Amino acid sequence: MLEYILKRFGQSFLVLFIMSILVFVGVNLVGDPVEMLINPEADQAEVERVIRELGLDKPVSEQYWYFLTNALKGDLGSSFIYNEPALKLILQRMPATLELALFSLFISLIIAIPLGIYAGYKPNSKASKTIMAGSILGFSMPTFWVGIIFIMFFAVYLGWLPSTGRGEIGSFLGIESSLFTLNGLSHVFLPALNLALFKISSVIRLTRAGTREIILQDYITFARAKGLSEKRIVLVHILKNILIPIVTVIGLEFGSLIAFSTVTETVFAWPGMGKLIIDSIYNLDRPVIVAYLMIIVTFFVFLNLAVDILYTFLDPRVRLKGMNQ
Amino acid sequence: MRLIKTFLVLFVSILLSNLSFAKDLTVGLKSEPSSIDPHYHNLGPNNAFATHIFGTLVGSDENQQHYPDLATSWKPIDDTTWEFKLRKGVKWHDGSDFTADDVMFTAQRAPNVPKSPSGFGTYLKGKTFIKIDSHTIHIKTKKPYPLMPNDIMTVKIISKKYGEGATTADYNSGKAAIGTGPYKFVKWVPGDRIELKANENYHGAGTGKPKYKNVLFKPIKSGPARIAALLAKDVDFIDNVPPLNVAKLKTNPTLSINSGASNRVIYLHMDQFRENSPHIKAIGGGKIKNPLMDVRVRKAISLAINRDAMVSKVMENIAVKAGQLLPKGFHGVSPNMKPDPYDPETAKKLMAEAGYEKGFEMTIHGPNDRYINDAKIAEALAQMFSRIGIKAKVETMPKAVYFKRASRGGPNKSPEFSFMVLGWGAGSGEASSPLRALLHTYDKSIGMGRANRGRHSDPSVDKIIQEALATVDSDARGKLLAKATEIAVGKNYGVIPVHYQMNTWAAKSTCSYTPRTDERTIATYLNCK
Repeated sequence: MLEYILKRFGQSFLVLFIMSILVFVGVNLVGDPVEMLINPEADQAEVERVIRELGLDKPVSEQYWYFLTNALKGDLGSSFIYNEPALKLILQRMPATLELALFSLFISLIIAIPLGIYAGYKPNSKASKTIMAGSILGFSMPTFWVGIIFIMFFAVYLGWLPSTGRGEIGSFLGIESSLFTLNGLSHVFLPALNLALFKISSVIRLTRAGTREIILQDYITFARAKGLSEKRIVLVHILKNILIPIVTVIGLEFGSLIAFSTVTETVFAWPGMGKLIIDSIYNLDRPVIVAYLMIIVTFFVFLNLAVDILYTFLDPRVRLKGMNQ
Repeated sequence: MRLIKTFLVLFVSILLSNLSFAKDLTVGLKSEPSSIDPHYHNLGPNNAFATHIFGTLVGSDENQQHYPDLATSWKPIDDTTWEFKLRKGVKWHDGSDFTADDVMFTAQRAPNVPKSPSGFGTYLKGKTFIKIDSHTIHIKTKKPYPLMPNDIMTVKIISKKYGEGATTADYNSGKAAIGTGPYKFVKWVPGDRIELKANENYHGAGTGKPKYKNVLFKPIKSGPARIAALLAKDVDFIDNVPPLNVAKLKTNPTLSINSGASNRVIYLHMDQFRENSPHIKAIGGGKIKNPLMDVRVRKAISLAINRDAMVSKVMENIAVKAGQLLPKGFHGVSPNMKPDPYDPETAKKLMAEAGYEKGFEMTIHGPNDRYINDAKIAEALAQMFSRIGIKAKVETMPKAVYFKRASRGGPNKSPEFSFMVLGWGAGSGEASSPLRALLHTYDKSIGMGRANRGRHSDPSVDKIIQEALATVDSDARGKLLAKATEIAVGKNYGVIPVHYQMNTWAAKSTCSYTPRTDERTIATYLNCK
């Protein structure tokens, strides 16, 4: 087991290293950050000063070497725009993205699981057909457009919820988050619902399929024969057994929820990591782009590693390649 | 179970205790500043924002005209010396006195901020500051320098007491963000909010005492989201209203829409330095001598532009036809120049005279996320040019890619494109700004023609521009600048002006914004009933 984990760690670092080259070179091929940053009225001398100051006069290979040696010390470079460590900028924005992702996960589960079970439990009812048809909409409507429609309806037309930004920060048991104030909750609701829409649809479909399958199992028939109430059958016997695939999918997709909430964050001006990366790409803030991608790659590499290892604990039938040697 | 209950009670009580705070003005900004440090990044959003906290010696009003801010008067006392008399009795936000020492300190720090991505060195180099007494400053230059007030207008004065040894981070945290401006810095959460509160002791120059107790800036980059935030009353005031929405918003009685011409001209730059221009071909694809070197072709192109249609159809009437580099009212603008008429017949004759009666093929390059409707402008131009036989293809790209290629994407870092859609905002509010950057011969050694991406060159124009830049007498300089524009634009067609951009702000109906030609969004220019 230990040998396997060490091996996987080695592989993970190799992946990170290759990614760092690809990202660094890729980012350096595009455009010129100085043209983005500098005041158009500046003269040639000032342009050259900035190029030197940002280290852009050096060849890409030298810039990469500088980046790599610093990265090994935990320094992923400083933002061209903010002159602050890229890592710090990203970590500063992380809580906002995490709370958005968590809240949207929460919304998707409390909406999708009951609907999915219902659709699986009574597959031929009108309501079930409506739910399933609705879930197709959730898949196919573009997030950006839905976000704007949400804003127009809930914020502009009804005036129930705020249209933009993150609310006040409260603290609860030492954790600071906008989920702990009413104002904060009202701000997070629309973007979280927007982000959850896709997830809701996929979880509804998963839950329905699971329910359809399990409802035919012998133990359900047996439970019915024993005279258990339908409520107990649904809440205990069905719900418990469909959770396994749902938890797996949710776990894996949580990563993408965090990494790719960019569109929602842009529409709702949510000050999270996604908005930071989009702004950085527009303005060619190379160190931030590189640092962000490195963090996300690390995140995914280790998430996958953790999932692989967890499987061996959860299901003894799963044997990892190389473990039995 | 009891534990859960206590938990819930605790949670709800905390929810209720964290209730909303009162705020007086909330602004939805398209671009947030990258720093609170007024000398770190010399760019529009930063300079606009810093105006709330920091003062300058010479203020700049909505038309970029000068007014006394921290200096009460300024004048040249000999050919190479300017005297600035400082305002007496001005207090910093912490209550200490503003003196000449602060100005001396500012002059030393402003051009030397470490890692600055665009500094103030351009405006301060070659200037020696001398303190005469506690409220008098002399600034010396080697040669006569008429643009002194224009340059000094750009540099925010910081407090010596707080600025000494302070880093950009100290300004961002608020530790050093002590100014003399109408608002005091409270807090900045990047990407989320900037909070300011009124400075009750403001000396009142410019727009007078602060009108709001608290001002909150929220960056909302997406245009539709910004409008939605205003409609939902989450913000009171937004900038950069997309032109497409202006007409519709004007019919909304709960809003007040304010548009104004800006100092930004949208113009066309043409390759005038290569016999073989990379993006120009004969009809059918053969080689051809670069037709844009011929002034008759450049004039024909200008006459082929239907500027009325451009303004009304493409720009939704949120623009003004342009015949030179700055709109009326700015210093150095020629009173004689009018926008070229739409005259395809004369244009065709000129093309024939120049030997291009069959026309030629050309690619128009432009950005698609820099100026208002920039990609649509390029497409409309291509259609207009087809009427005089120029078969134009359009290629637009994000500004992040475009400007590098337009400035130095070709061999030996030469400009890559043959025909470009560009814009220029005159930050100093004078015609010298576009003339020296766009139409003076490209010359690194004297810092001229940096944005001359067509490499237009006319020694007689260069001479007039340089003479103007050394003429202290304001009227005489204005005449020289007008003359240079008349030759470089009116006669040479070194660049072709298309229109002046207009900017639009929107606020709740009880407020109105005084549009600023420099496109800046400054809370003190918003008046609410």
